[in-house]
Amino acid sequence: MTDTLLFKDIDEPGLNTLAVYEARGGYESLRRALKMTPSEVLAQLEASGLRGRGGAGFQMGKKVSFLPQGSMNKYLVCNADESEPGTFKDRELMQKNPHLLIEGIVIAAHAAGADRSFIYIRGEYELQADILEAALAEADEAGYLGERILGTEHSCTLVLHRGAGAYICGEETGLLDSLEGKRGNPRLKPPFPANQGLYQGPTLINNVETLSTVPAIVQMGGEQYAKLGVQTSTGTKLVSVSGHVQRPGNYEIELGVPSREIIYDLAGGPPPGSEIKCWFPGGSSSPVLTADDLDVPYDFDSMAKAGSMLGSGAIIVVDDATPIVELALKVAMFYRHESCGKCTPCREGTNWTVKMLQRIDSGEATPMDLDIMASVQDHIIGNCLCVLGDAMAMPIGSMIAKFRGEFEQHIEAARASAELTLAPVPDDERVLAQEAG
Amino acid sequence: MPVPHPERAVGWDRPADLEKDPATIPDAATTDVPAELRKTIEDAMERYPDRRSAAIPALHAAQEVHGWCSPEAIEQVAAVMQVTPAYLDSVASFYDMLENRPVGRHSVYVCTNISCSLRGADALLAAIGEAAAANSADFNVRSFECLGACDIAPMASVDGVYVGPLSIEDVPQLLDDARSGRPVLPDKQLATRLVADPKANSQEFPAHAVEEGSSR
Repeated sequence: MTDTLLFKDIDEPGLNTLAVYEARGGYESLRRALKMTPSEVLAQLEASGLRGRGGAGFQMGKKVSFLPQGSMNKYLVCNADESEPGTFKDRELMQKNPHLLIEGIVIAAHAAGADRSFIYIRGEYELQADILEAALAEADEAGYLGERILGTEHSCTLVLHRGAGAYICGEETGLLDSLEGKRGNPRLKPPFPANQGLYQGPTLINNVETLSTVPAIVQMGGEQYAKLGVQTSTGTKLVSVSGHVQRPGNYEIELGVPSREIIYDLAGGPPPGSEIKCWFPGGSSSPVLTADDLDVPYDFDSMAKAGSMLGSGAIIVVDDATPIVELALKVAMFYRHESCGKCTPCREGTNWTVKMLQRIDSGEATPMDLDIMASVQDHIIGNCLCVLGDAMAMPIGSMIAKFRGEFEQHIEAARASAELTLAPVPDDERVLAQEAG
Repeated sequence: MPVPHPERAVGWDRPADLEKDPATIPDAATTDVPAELRKTIEDAMERYPDRRSAAIPALHAAQEVHGWCSPEAIEQVAAVMQVTPAYLDSVASFYDMLENRPVGRHSVYVCTNISCSLRGADALLAAIGEAAAANSADFNVRSFECLGACDIAPMASVDGVYVGPLSIEDVPQLLDDARSGRPVLPDKQLATRLVADPKANSQEFPAHAVEEGSSR
């Protein structure tokens, strides 16, 4: 196990202030990066193998290299919308170590040649936004932001933008539309944000955790960083563990450790007397895994091989006392509420899935409805502009596949009890009399 | 069983008044806007290359003044930003934190997403709703999708302050604190919580560490 990189002494009093952050060697990486050319910084990022921590796991260095060269208005946007259910790692980072994020943004902007950057923070994070705003003012004052940073050619402004509560704004193009002051509807891709993003300019979008890792990479060197973790998933990862565990919270792990170690050794496992029924390895949009998958190493490729995904690194543990239909309904209702309505498969598919699950729960469904519901999921996946619909279809599809027996039992049990409580059918004469009178 | 549609904008099913002219950009000179609100919106517009980017911050500021995104609030923002009220309406109706109807003064968002509901959020929401029902002018109690604080599940955001883990017994004090303007359940605020990872800190740090030295 390695030392923690991002969480190192994160509860140190006053770490959110510039004085304490600098006393710990803060902004040293920025000084070092500004002495390098943008392509040298980019080379370090590429050597590090750092993959995006927001959900898609795309290599950050590659993303930066997609931005066109030449002088034009380029933008960097930090995605701090953190709305994937179960995820709360960025919250802890921004609240306790805001300058680390600012330093990472300025370094990444240097590598990408961006001179305007934005942090899009979800509106609900008021405490974190206030802390970031104070930190921004301090960094601005000290010359780490603005024109000609630390006397070099690199300039970068940074604006904090507060959202107003919408899951879809965590999707990169939805976020860009929202940042432009519109409804947060995702855009058709391509063109990708690297070519046409914010205000139609080339834009680099990265998650808070990804950007907060950049100073460490500059400090230790990309190759050294790549020695952490496993080959295709380098470095450390913040994992948010929640649900039926005894010690829910954020943990920093080296990628590739067995999932069991995270759920049991770190988070304490489910409370005594209960067992794990299933768990989401990467937020509520990842296909569920069962207790049989606890030995799968926690990294991007192993999770994909196990039929799920690492996503944002949010593990939600569900114990055996929770009915699977209830869980599926909760997931589906969330995505129905958050669907922006732009693409039909997602808008209608989430709605129908909720209705079918409610039918199952109220005893109106037959086992055939399960197949219809599974086919609805198949029709959503890959057919929308963004992956919000997929994000519902994947976990619901996996629940039907892995817990089909329980769904069928639930259907039968609900039918049986619904028949017992059905009101007697009034005879025709009384109905006619009521209609007449 | 009818399915409620909380996400639909109010009045979506009412017929349009075809006699009425569509609202145009209000005249900045003749629309009365509180000076402070005008300044907040103008400052927000200045921060972006395109002034429309300030739509959400501007509507937020107007909501603070008017209590919700009322037609009057929208009109004032439209006058300062020089956009149509319809444009702002389209934005205001998209986001959960912008209110499209009059609501109680203190917002109580109860997270009812998976992690919180696994730990009893639905009963908590019912209890808070019941306790606040008599004072609907004081409270805006609603269920909210994942607020990003599953480590303190079940939790609520009371006027923007995260508190948890909550039990039913906390409800009277939570509402009382919110109404009287006291800090809400100080012992249960997220701001005072240390990170869960035992490897993170090399020494013991006191709780409340984050608050010190911050500009709040």
